[in-house]
Amino acid sequence: MTDLPTSRIDLKAVLHGSAPTVAKDDHSEGMSYLQSVPRRLVTLYLPLAIIVVVLLFPFYWMALTSVKPDEQLLDLDKYNPFWTWNPTFKHFHKLLFESYYPYWLWNTMYVAICATVLSIIASVFAAYAIVRLRYKGANLVGGLIFLAYLVPPSILFIPLATVVYQYGLFDSPLALILTYPTILIPFSTWLLMGYFKTIPFELEECALIDGASRWQILIKIVVPLAIPGLISAFIFCFTLCWNEFIYALTFLQSTSNKTVPVAIVNEFVDGDIYRWGSLMAGALAGSLPLVILYAFFVEHYVSAMTGAVKE
Amino acid sequence: MADVAIPRAKPQMSEASAWTQLKHNRNWLGFWFMVPAMAFLIFFLAYPLGLGIWLSFTDTRIGRVGHFIGTENYEWLWDDSIFWLSVFNTLLYTFVASALKFAVGLYLALLLNEHMPFKAMLRAMVLIPFIVPTVLSALAFWWIFDSQFSIISWSLKHLGLISQNINFLGDTTWARICVIFANIWRGVPFVAITLLAGLQTVSPSLYEAATLDGATRWQNFRYITYPLLTPIIAVVMTFSVLFTFTDFQLIWAMTRGGPVNATHLMATLSYQRAIIAGQLGEGAAISSAMIPFLLAAIMVSWFGLQRRKWQQGESND
Repeated sequence: MTDLPTSRIDLKAVLHGSAPTVAKDDHSEGMSYLQSVPRRLVTLYLPLAIIVVVLLFPFYWMALTSVKPDEQLLDLDKYNPFWTWNPTFKHFHKLLFESYYPYWLWNTMYVAICATVLSIIASVFAAYAIVRLRYKGANLVGGLIFLAYLVPPSILFIPLATVVYQYGLFDSPLALILTYPTILIPFSTWLLMGYFKTIPFELEECALIDGASRWQILIKIVVPLAIPGLISAFIFCFTLCWNEFIYALTFLQSTSNKTVPVAIVNEFVDGDIYRWGSLMAGALAGSLPLVILYAFFVEHYVSAMTGAVKE
Repeated sequence: MADVAIPRAKPQMSEASAWTQLKHNRNWLGFWFMVPAMAFLIFFLAYPLGLGIWLSFTDTRIGRVGHFIGTENYEWLWDDSIFWLSVFNTLLYTFVASALKFAVGLYLALLLNEHMPFKAMLRAMVLIPFIVPTVLSALAFWWIFDSQFSIISWSLKHLGLISQNINFLGDTTWARICVIFANIWRGVPFVAITLLAGLQTVSPSLYEAATLDGATRWQNFRYITYPLLTPIIAVVMTFSVLFTFTDFQLIWAMTRGGPVNATHLMATLSYQRAIIAGQLGEGAAISSAMIPFLLAAIMVSWFGLQRRKWQQGESND
């Protein structure tokens, strides 16, 4: 769409707090000296602490519940509910050895990786064609892809269910691998278009003069230069796949084929009053891979996120 | 060298066969490059979108091909109080959650933009709720809002504020508050981090100049930060409204639309009618009824963006 100020954002700066070069090139402290310490305490640290605690408390609670022994879970008066002195891995043990959890984890990962790889390949071609080949109607196609980004899965799942059924893909991971790219391609195409635009034309012109084909230019010049963009797109798409729920809920039926989010909601919610421990253990184990991935690629996440709203 | 190269080049130009045309023509190349993405989007997005609208005019059920029945599904929904309740719930949910997400997100972005120790770590931590799959954090909220063992009820009881456990997800008003809270909790990091990215493009010298002229902190925000941030606010809020309006998984994991349909959104109602009850046609009508609302949201943001072009120094056409 239109050029927004984000296109000028230094993404590393967003996380590391070093303001972008435009903002503070004189290395000054800014106006922070105008504020006294007590004032900062009330207007900055206190509200910030409250918000961060609220944002992170559910994870603390999830983790704590997953290691609490059963009797402590339900007896809030005898034991202090905010801490436990004798953690147990019983719930994780039950999860790993007495349920389909490893299968679900494997399904989720398999679907997420396949769908992500497919989408990234398709998006690299599409983004390159829109930005650099500039064929007739490229801008229109770019706009249409952006519109596709705005079509939510919750209005598509009913007709898609009939389509999936007609193609004989019902209850197969292939149904998800083929439908997830509709969510991922628009997003990653727009993200990669932004990255490809930053690669200088001159590089391609040199290669063209040296006799390279468009294919060679794409594989040997553009893609290697856009690696950071590809990583951003990859991990963000992977997260989206992992998070996806409604398609997986609709298209999968047998217990062993399900993905983690769907399986936990459907299979673990039984009448057992002691279910909370294993439920929280399942939720924690399902979130950890993403949190670990996130910890390694924080900058790429932020660049993908701000890139999504950039154009 | 030149007189050797030219005669060689000429015959190649004239020999442009249909095959080389396909290989080298800009438009054909563009077409080949677009094929994979387009195939996915046409078969699994554009076609189902059309099919969904068609299904809403039929009486299709699971396992039975439907017949065209005109607008009967819509007429049926028009008299269906549960449908209207779900429309009301969806609008309430979207409006309250988006407004609060915006307010809290902007506030958090302003706080994170200040200079302080452990800045990078704080910003990374703030984003975690957005990374963790919605369903899994919704389950944590389900447990936090449990009717008997809720930690919130326990804490409030021990502080002496209440004497009875609050029936968080069993009472209609409380259930609405809880799902809206969970939605805000998940949405705030996205809004905050994207707005923070926008904030960092605002030069501090503007604030310094304004402060020298005697501007208060509020005036700094109102007349510098806010106008410079409006374009990015428009985009972020469009996405936020769009995804809140079509939310499904949070509700499904926490309440499944209950108690007494008080938290049924249009998306959850369409799932219940189409997949659980098997009335594909009726479910498709409910989800098609979301389209006008979505179009309205997109239009608002589109025209919001157009109006702001001059702020980027472009001509205001």
